[in-house]
Amino acid sequence: MSTVKHHVGHHFRDHDHEYDSAKQGIWLFMCTEVLMFGAILVAFLIFQSKYAASWEEGASLLDWKKGALNTGVLLTSSLTMALAIYFIRVGKRQAAVLNLAITLICGCIFMGIKYVEYTHKFHLGIYPGEFFKYADAASSHLNLYVSFYFLLTGLHGLHVLIGMGLITWMMIRILKGHYGPDHWTGVEGVGIFWHLVDLVWIYLFPILYLI
Amino acid sequence: MGNNGHEHHLMSFKMHLQVIAALFFLTFVTVWVAQFDFGAFNVVIALGVATVKALLVMAYFMHLKWDSKMNIVIFATSFFFLLLLAAFAVLDIFTRVNPRL
Repeated sequence: MSTVKHHVGHHFRDHDHEYDSAKQGIWLFMCTEVLMFGAILVAFLIFQSKYAASWEEGASLLDWKKGALNTGVLLTSSLTMALAIYFIRVGKRQAAVLNLAITLICGCIFMGIKYVEYTHKFHLGIYPGEFFKYADAASSHLNLYVSFYFLLTGLHGLHVLIGMGLITWMMIRILKGHYGPDHWTGVEGVGIFWHLVDLVWIYLFPILYLI
Repeated sequence: MGNNGHEHHLMSFKMHLQVIAALFFLTFVTVWVAQFDFGAFNVVIALGVATVKALLVMAYFMHLKWDSKMNIVIFATSFFFLLLLAAFAVLDIFTRVNPRL
């Protein structure tokens, strides 16, 4: 694979300056992500203490085995994402692309399991908000729980899809020779985003499926 | 050119595997501990284990352990403000005279 020389943006002193600025930007972006997911989680936990029966019934509608499986899939994808950066930095670009491909496949498996979970709920009439028409609801605020479930997992799933798009973009750029041991800023940025998606799921899994 | 002004830390291949092993072990702990009922502490324990996992991902996979102090402070700030949000929301909701509000 040939290498394309990276040109540092004219508004940066040198490559380090560019790298540090890019990473600081990514971390600021991650703060907005933490606050967005965090705010919804805070609301979820407050309502949990107010409507404990509905939250318990809601969690019983979820299959914790599928949640645990998805946790394993996302953790694996985080490993391969981190390894992709490792391999690009030691100059093994093919291994980096292979690890990104595995990360991408893990993303597909995650969304596939999510699809099975969603369609099963739709089949039972478990929809968010006013579309909720689950006949066997025993507690009064089950539709609120379900709305939170779809909001949290839907927003998270959207991040998985966007992350998969970014990973594909990185694979193309590595294959074009844009990244190597001297320059890997983009891959590292996408990696941090992907790990954040994993981070969110680490909290969502026990809070939604297990408590 | 290159990231050469200051040395960038490279985490070893082996350490990647140690971190993922710890994460899978803690996932097992998460599921195992959920079968016991600790009452109000169920949430605390679940969040506690999740936070240990989150710290592992942040420190090693997100490479924060070797990142600049500035980036660590920036990211930590978001959790501080999240805690502030949670604290004031809880203070508000659970101290209302009319609990139906």
